[in-house]
Amino acid sequence: MTASEATLGRRAAREAAKRRRARRGQAVAAVSSVVVIGGLVALVLTSPGWPNVRDTFFSWSAFKDSFPDVLSAFWLDIKMFCVIEVAVLIVGLVIALVRTSRVAALFPVRLLAAVFVDVFRGVPVILLVYLVGFGIPALELSGLPSDPIVLGGIALTLSYSAYVAEVYRSGIASIHRGQRDAALAIGLTEGQALRHVILPQAVRRVGPPLLNDFIALQKDVALVSILGVVEAFRQAQIISSSTFNYTALMGAALLYLCVTIPLARILDRWGLEGSTRS
Amino acid sequence: MTKAFGTNEVLHGVDLSVAEHEAVALIGASGSGKSTLLRCIDLLLEIDDGDVLLDGEVITDPSVDPVPVRRRLGLVFQAYNLFPHLTALDNIILGDRYAHGASREEARERAQRLLARFGLAGREHERPDDLSGGQQQRVAIARAFAGRPRALLLDEVTSALDPELVGEVLEAVRDLKQEGVTMLIATHEMSFAREVADVVGFLYEGRILELGPPEQVLVNPERPETKRFLRRLLEAGRV
Repeated sequence: MTASEATLGRRAAREAAKRRRARRGQAVAAVSSVVVIGGLVALVLTSPGWPNVRDTFFSWSAFKDSFPDVLSAFWLDIKMFCVIEVAVLIVGLVIALVRTSRVAALFPVRLLAAVFVDVFRGVPVILLVYLVGFGIPALELSGLPSDPIVLGGIALTLSYSAYVAEVYRSGIASIHRGQRDAALAIGLTEGQALRHVILPQAVRRVGPPLLNDFIALQKDVALVSILGVVEAFRQAQIISSSTFNYTALMGAALLYLCVTIPLARILDRWGLEGSTRS
Repeated sequence: MTKAFGTNEVLHGVDLSVAEHEAVALIGASGSGKSTLLRCIDLLLEIDDGDVLLDGEVITDPSVDPVPVRRRLGLVFQAYNLFPHLTALDNIILGDRYAHGASREEARERAQRLLARFGLAGREHERPDDLSGGQQQRVAIARAFAGRPRALLLDEVTSALDPELVGEVLEAVRDLKQEGVTMLIATHEMSFAREVADVVGFLYEGRILELGPPEQVLVNPERPETKRFLRRLLEAGRV
């Protein structure tokens, strides 16, 4: 056997060993999946209450009857989500900019922004929806919105803007100070440095955490139902309580997943790209 | 000029002048205050005492707006500090457009000429991360020079580079010197300082200990501190 044949032989042996290891790994994964998942399924299906649960939560006929109504109510969730998201992006950015600015004249605004973040991030979202939704109309001031959809939207915007402002702020803080120095050195003003150098980099960096907050927001839109807004969850609840069947709620859950899962996958891919770069 | 960070006085009464078309090299150990001096001159740091004059005008007075002053100076950083989200071309265009009010086309054309001049033709649309250290530093020099500064401040522009990339960056500086660009250069490259500088200053613990033509300061220094510093460099093979 020549030297090159010997290397070939060793390489083939190594490849074979690698394949064997991979196959064994796959086999273990498959078996353990079947055991764990199968066990859980068996546990649920053999539980004494399963026939009842199947009829009240997974009834195909109830699903068919309720789903169109739930779906049309879900459009309201989508519309609210889109409008609130844009508002949150803008309000959050403004608050972050106020909080990072060092202009002395802005001190009172800076203080207000800090209080805004502390308060609206610290209050449970559901409580905030309640307070805004019932409190603002109770003031009986003309010109203030009284539509519960708008009020609920305002409450969610307040809460999520506080979170998003902090996300932006961490992004701005994460940009190396050499970038600001370089921007000033080429003759830009502080504002131009922020606009053309710091913010574009900061926003790119906080994309994944922002998207994460939006997944949470998408679900929390359902909280406006406590103000009597008939969105998907509320619609499903109405149907459930009139038919004594909870399948409509499963339909609503499915709809929320249809939006949040794709968002989560985008987020995963984004994070992956970030980690392979640089 | 005097500068302290808290109680740590970094520059104690530095007195230095750079004439038009002159290149002054600052040498000295790390921590001797070279970078601080350059950053003070570009008004990125506030000085505590003294004055910096540019074209006979005091620029370090607190009443002076630093922005127009910085537009008349160019600073190149040791770590390049290019804008990673912009292409090489846009790195250079940015200041010309927003600080100097050039039109898009004008700035673009000038930036392209500058890149070509520093051997970067064809690299216009690459991001800093895709360029070598030497290329990045040449883009940074072009960026600092794009504002047609009255003087260029170079802060150890080769210290972050792999040895084989130092030459191309020094070549760019040499090129600017030949054009008569006024320069203040903080450097560790002694042979380069000797070749390019009209005057060499030795900065030691925040003071300029020795100042004069390169042959004098680098070859026949008077002060024992300068001698010791040069001997150390020699031993490290950096001369």
